[in-house]
Amino acid sequence: MKLLSVMLVSAALAAGQTAAYRAPRADGGKPDLNGIWQAINEANYDLQAHTARPAMALRAGPYGPVPAAAVVALGAVGAVPPSLGVVEGGEIPYKPDALAKKKANQENWLTLDPEIKCYLPGVPRATYLPYPFQILQNASRIFFAYEYAGAVRDILLKDPGPAPVDSWMGQSVGHWEGETLVVDVTGMNDQTWFDRAGNFHSDAVHVVERYTRTSADVITYEAVIEDPKVFTRPWKIRMPLYRRQDTQILDFKCPEFVEELLYGPLRKKPLAR
Amino acid sequence: MRNAFIVFVLTAVTIAAQAPKPYTAPRMPDGHPDLQGTYDLATLTPIERPAGMNAVLTKEEAAKLERAAAVAREEGDKSIKGDRSAPPKGGDGSRGPAGNVGGYNTGWLDPGSTYTVVDGQKRSSIVIDPPNGRVPTMKPAALRRTLSLIARPTSDAQESNDPGLEPAGSYDDPERRPLGERCLLGFGSTSGPPALPDYFYNNLHQIVQTRDSIMILTEMVHDARIVRMNAQHLPKTIRRWMGDSIGRWDGDTLVVDTTNFTDKTRFRGSTENLHVIERFTRVDARTLLYRFTIEDPDTWEKPWTGEYAWPATNERIFEYACHEANYALPGILSGARLREKEGGK
Repeated sequence: MKLLSVMLVSAALAAGQTAAYRAPRADGGKPDLNGIWQAINEANYDLQAHTARPAMALRAGPYGPVPAAAVVALGAVGAVPPSLGVVEGGEIPYKPDALAKKKANQENWLTLDPEIKCYLPGVPRATYLPYPFQILQNASRIFFAYEYAGAVRDILLKDPGPAPVDSWMGQSVGHWEGETLVVDVTGMNDQTWFDRAGNFHSDAVHVVERYTRTSADVITYEAVIEDPKVFTRPWKIRMPLYRRQDTQILDFKCPEFVEELLYGPLRKKPLAR
Repeated sequence: MRNAFIVFVLTAVTIAAQAPKPYTAPRMPDGHPDLQGTYDLATLTPIERPAGMNAVLTKEEAAKLERAAAVAREEGDKSIKGDRSAPPKGGDGSRGPAGNVGGYNTGWLDPGSTYTVVDGQKRSSIVIDPPNGRVPTMKPAALRRTLSLIARPTSDAQESNDPGLEPAGSYDDPERRPLGERCLLGFGSTSGPPALPDYFYNNLHQIVQTRDSIMILTEMVHDARIVRMNAQHLPKTIRRWMGDSIGRWDGDTLVVDTTNFTDKTRFRGSTENLHVIERFTRVDARTLLYRFTIEDPDTWEKPWTGEYAWPATNERIFEYACHEANYALPGILSGARLREKEGGK
């Protein structure tokens, strides 16, 4: 086996290609995904390519959109950074009425984005939120622990059949295809968004993720999203995930941080709003 | 002489044949025991020993109590008569779900059906040291501190209180409600540490084990505690809801040391200086032994210890999305505001 690998690599080099990175093996003989990973991009702001914007919540100004009153105090901190986008082909293929709903979502971002209320983010948004997550992997189990809201995913390696009930993070069933961990996610409810731009899905959404180690500190991540109630065809996002060497998963238990937002008016002595 | 020798050999052989082989847990590739699995912590054994009970229940005592629990469950699961009238406004005055207008039907509960078995013994309490099976009394200063903070419930606070028993101001702000009601941690110290049965429902835990990190998932509220193996504690400025857990192996026992708690956790009225040492040992193919020692010199004179079994379950852990559907907390606060408006307390 080793001789064959050497011969193949030599052949590839002879053909003028660089040898594909081969990750170390985890217990169980599969590529080792153990570690703490994080996306470094603007996908959570808006999956599609976009120039910088004044804010996520906008209103009409005399010469173009300006931040909504509720966020104007954040200034540049509340602005949306630019991005070349992570959607293959550029456009998310909405059906016409769904596109109208996406625009309405975006216009009403402040009241509708579940991230604001610290709700569980669903898949794939959990992957590219600006917080690290940890993958634990051995011969028999794969588990994802996200810092954001302490979200978790048990990646089942044996398919139990359809999810008996919908959930925010869905049911994840994983298998290996060569060097790639393929995770099939079903059973998600319709409550999560893809980003802060109002991109959304129904409860029919089906996500297939692919995780491939492409260098010592990079996982190349792809996700194909299919939702016949919302999109005209499946579409794909792709991005690198980088290894965090400098941290561990800490607490971002954000339900505490949104109590003033959600329950402030119900205090015996409400604060000024 | 020869007869004595034969007797000696026969006796030695007999003893060797009867001596139980000590259990050896299956190994992970790194040589350490495999502690993985999904476990159901529900048990009839309370944290503290009821008055008049021995530390170990006889077979007959346990059978009687377990049968009584099964009968109570059967009674609770019976269909309700259709001709029963509504309870009077405000409840009938008796305590607990029967008297109040709220509360769970037994069908929703999964409090456990057997007493926990450790070393072949049915235990009457989880606390084993002090030997009386009760949590030691708090130091006087700690008691005073707890009374002054009584409107800030602790991480082990249970889910419901009978109305009229809560201290004044309990409904003034969300921060005064139990952590479980706020969906910040499960109630009853279900995640802890120490991880305890909550005597209600959703007591499942899952362990996923790698060389560097051992993850303990508590079903309620999907809390993943990652134990960093052979690592140093976080700096004192970083505090965590479940503390900071570091682990090492002591033979075949995983020893987990947890410090750096926040001052909001306050397990049993303790401070942020709480120090929890847990020991996980696989005792058979389907059981872990879980033992914990609690230390907080600002709260208790001496450390105290508890232990109970973690039996494996074939059940799957499903998502406990608490905050996402927390209608209870706004309902409770709104109810309190309405009661005030109507002239109540």
